[in-house]
Amino acid sequence: MKRIDPAVAWWFVAAVGLCLLPWYMVQDGFLSALPAFGTGDPEAASAAVQVFSRGRWWFLPMFAALAIGAAGFLSARRETRAIAFIAGGALGVAGLVLQAWFIGLRGWTYPWLVALFGELGDRQFGVGVGGALAFGGFLLLLTEGLAVRGYFGGDRFVSGAVGVLTACIALFTIWPVAIMLGQSLTASADQTLLTSFLQRFATGKNWGLACLSGGGSCGVAWNTLALATATATSCTVLGLAFALITVRTGFRYKKFLRLLTILPIITPSFVVGLGLILIFGRSGIVNQLVESVTGANMGRWIYGFGGVWLAQTFSFTPTAFLVLIGVVEGLSPTMEEASQTLRASRMRTFKKVTLPLMMPGLANAFLVCFVESLADFGNPIILGGSFGVLSTEIFFAVVGAQSDFGRAATLGLILLGFAATTFFLQRRIVGTKSYVSMSGKGDTGLAQPLPRPVRTFAFAVAIPWSILTVTVYLLALMGGFVKVWGRDWTPTLSHFGRAFAIEWGPGGIIWAGGAWNSLFTTIKLAAIGAPITAIIGLLAAWIFSRKNFAGRGILEFALMLTFCVPGTVIGVAYILTYNIPPLEITGTATILVICFVFRNLPVGVRSGVAALSQLDKSLDEASVMLRASSFRTLTKVVLPLIKPAIVTALVYSFVRAMTTVSAVIFLVSAEYEMATVFIINRSINGDYGLAIAYSAVLIVLMMAVIGLIQLGVGERRLGRRKALAPTPVLKPAQEMP
Amino acid sequence: MSQTKKAADVVLQGVTKRYGAVTAVKPLNLHIKAGNLVTLLGPSGCGKTTLLRMIAGLERVTEGRLLIGGRDVTDMSAGERNVSMVFQSYALFPHMSVRENVAYGLISGGVARREALEKAEGALATVGLKGFGDRLPSEMSGGQQQRVAVARALVLEPDVLLFDEPLSNLDARLRRSMREEIRALQQRLGLTVVYVTHDQSEALAVSDQIVVMRNAEIAQAGSPRELYEAPENVFVATFMGEANHVKGVLRDASPGEGMVQLGDLAIRLPHKGLSEGEVDVVIRPEAIMLTEAGAGGVLTGTVATATYMGAHAEYNLDTQVGRLFAIAPEATRLRRPGEQVGVRLADHGVFAVRAG
Repeated sequence: MKRIDPAVAWWFVAAVGLCLLPWYMVQDGFLSALPAFGTGDPEAASAAVQVFSRGRWWFLPMFAALAIGAAGFLSARRETRAIAFIAGGALGVAGLVLQAWFIGLRGWTYPWLVALFGELGDRQFGVGVGGALAFGGFLLLLTEGLAVRGYFGGDRFVSGAVGVLTACIALFTIWPVAIMLGQSLTASADQTLLTSFLQRFATGKNWGLACLSGGGSCGVAWNTLALATATATSCTVLGLAFALITVRTGFRYKKFLRLLTILPIITPSFVVGLGLILIFGRSGIVNQLVESVTGANMGRWIYGFGGVWLAQTFSFTPTAFLVLIGVVEGLSPTMEEASQTLRASRMRTFKKVTLPLMMPGLANAFLVCFVESLADFGNPIILGGSFGVLSTEIFFAVVGAQSDFGRAATLGLILLGFAATTFFLQRRIVGTKSYVSMSGKGDTGLAQPLPRPVRTFAFAVAIPWSILTVTVYLLALMGGFVKVWGRDWTPTLSHFGRAFAIEWGPGGIIWAGGAWNSLFTTIKLAAIGAPITAIIGLLAAWIFSRKNFAGRGILEFALMLTFCVPGTVIGVAYILTYNIPPLEITGTATILVICFVFRNLPVGVRSGVAALSQLDKSLDEASVMLRASSFRTLTKVVLPLIKPAIVTALVYSFVRAMTTVSAVIFLVSAEYEMATVFIINRSINGDYGLAIAYSAVLIVLMMAVIGLIQLGVGERRLGRRKALAPTPVLKPAQEMP
Repeated sequence: MSQTKKAADVVLQGVTKRYGAVTAVKPLNLHIKAGNLVTLLGPSGCGKTTLLRMIAGLERVTEGRLLIGGRDVTDMSAGERNVSMVFQSYALFPHMSVRENVAYGLISGGVARREALEKAEGALATVGLKGFGDRLPSEMSGGQQQRVAVARALVLEPDVLLFDEPLSNLDARLRRSMREEIRALQQRLGLTVVYVTHDQSEALAVSDQIVVMRNAEIAQAGSPRELYEAPENVFVATFMGEANHVKGVLRDASPGEGMVQLGDLAIRLPHKGLSEGEVDVVIRPEAIMLTEAGAGGVLTGTVATATYMGAHAEYNLDTQVGRLFAIAPEATRLRRPGEQVGVRLADHGVFAVRAG
């Protein structure tokens, strides 16, 4: 059997995209032009038809590219073929991108183009199914040519994967962020560029320090930093206490403590905020109790810095705990034993040996929580009140009465700056200053018991806190079962009824509850996004941990950038970018799926990298020596061996897609509403009952999903080697939000 | 299983490997004859594994040409070269049965699954593992896993078979029997084998030719006997077995032989084209014989330490030319520390080499 040359296949994909399918997206959705295709509607025609019928000459370079690519097939010489594919693919991609970029809804998109060529007298819509297919075809023709030419070790699979990855990162991270940057640098009317930027950037609303002198509030930038510092500090201290108890004491309920680490994964971040309102809010339990006993009104202190801080500490302590468990477990007991034999007391050993050895780990935990707090949207939006942080201010700048995209973009830029700085600081610390011994050599010795004062402190902090955490979550859930919290304590299921009522109508089941629509949409889109996230993430992990090629460093850096962009920033950047052609996908399900994929990509990449680092590299090499292609190696050897990582990636991207708020709140539309956004809107309107009932359903659903998948994934058939790669499903990657 | 293909030779012409500024293998020429077993021997970091991986196609050659069976394979990928490799960790796929492991390469190469599995059975029989096909690698002992790895490489009938420290994961006794098996198999099938090891006794036991490497280049290449009995420098001499290393002066150097002055002692030694003047003298411990002090033709020495080793005795002797380590075959009368002895040198096991 003679196999079809892949280059020919990609050429055909591009040709079909150009000649047979509608080029533009007329309505929402890539396939929207299909029904009108062939009906004579000129906008729904393929590029080939439009060249003739409408004289749209800007498609011609792409046809030239097709011709060049075809010339490659006719040549028997490898070198000639390679060059033809490279030239054809590159010209096709460039021609497509340039025409889409320069010609928009109002003709030329830039004044200088008008100056250069005169008015165009024509316009075009966003790219549709034909354009997307042509782009993919040309891109892969290009990578095919590069592989034939000998780049990427002559490996067409690696070459194609790198090409696709590059295109994805460029399209869905670099481009939107650049657009946002451009927006914040756009001059307002009657102002020069510099003054308008400085006005937006350096305004007192961002950097003011009035709160220090006692008059008014500080700038949002300072608010954000102060909150993040406070949250990170409290979370790190609490996390350390938990970690010490779990690893270094014989505490009987360790397992229960570990269970706490799962909570923030399966609950949307604002659930804690809701719980706190039910306790400390105006009609909260504590306030009512205090009022009935003393008659004093505690007021609304929970709405502001204190409340958000408390909520974030609840939300992110488990994250710090998780990071620090690893750190404490990684401490070599021999160091402490050595210290003790050198006649140091336990306290001295702890202070002079244990603590300094943990410093990089503590710094890491601090920075992870710092970024979590920077990017958190759910808690500040519910509890912030007049206390604004960057993520909420961005939101209000977009949706508020002002609708000031310039300001939103500038705030986004500041937030991105903070997050990126922290992120790279954290990577440096983790990369260079880790004392934790992970050599794999057996470290003998027993971990020393904690000094009494440290032990007492850890228990005194951790036990009340964990009880409080459980209380907050329980109360948050109980709120869904009473009529009106604080006023009418009659037990009721009416909130669930309003959200999830089912009626029998003449046509079968009617999903009458208000929440069904958003729940179905969320599940559907999360389920579509999860496998895509897993595939791209694992592919990236494999390429970066196994393959070497020119430009790898740059691509890795770009991927890192994807990791550190906070959700609200991505949200703003996406609406700024995809609201207009060439890629006009706001309001569609596509943009939500893309958002899920790129927001959750770190989960896929990290679990992939972790699993691959435990997989002996010579297994890959053995497969290559045994004449297997990269694709065969990946599917027959690597993937079966990192199955747990695949499951982890799938579960987490699904769960996170279901619980995320920050980015999607900008991207939802009436047609595609997400569960979390629905809940947030309810609670902003004060309808806590329904919000909480819905949250409870989400949490139960998440637990069911995780439980089912964990049951479904059998043990691997590896006999003795089982201990090699035990990546349990419930081991959350230490990720950035 | 019979080797239908004729084994191929391997020619390296100025093969070089650089990682940025670091040179892992300096320009190197080597001809590995068809049907020979050649070991690359050297301390860790000497470039031997890099060299092997370049022959395999797992590393790209920075400069120079690489020919296998007369065919230039420099720019070919590992899969295109018709070489096979047995990895240090065996790299058996843990999720596949032994039979699937062995058949993997055949199926990759387009052989029908059924035929491949049959051939795999044959290859397993060749290495003495008939009937083990259904097991998982993890259900086999280290030695058996090693044989599976060999079968998996052999079944592809490669031009060249590569071994990367294949025995380092086995215990000492198994190591000895496995190396004999590998040697026997290689000779029976007439394979060209390139074998990396850092264990000189392993190299001596299995090789037709040994290439000793140091600091990214070849220190000396030759048969095991040549390397042990006529080392060209102190490094090879000390690496190929224990050796004392002292300074001497070469006088009346005629081609091939000359008088070497060692302190008061003058002895006639073979050498390879040295010029007169200071030279290094390498003395194997078993070439030192202890006699009574004051006899003729001996160096005078004092026993510093004496160790009873059962079958033999070991001494450290202080002499005019420095401390010498000696192994005396008879241990019936152990000499005492401080005792004066005469040190006589045997005809073989003493070499003059270029001063380093």
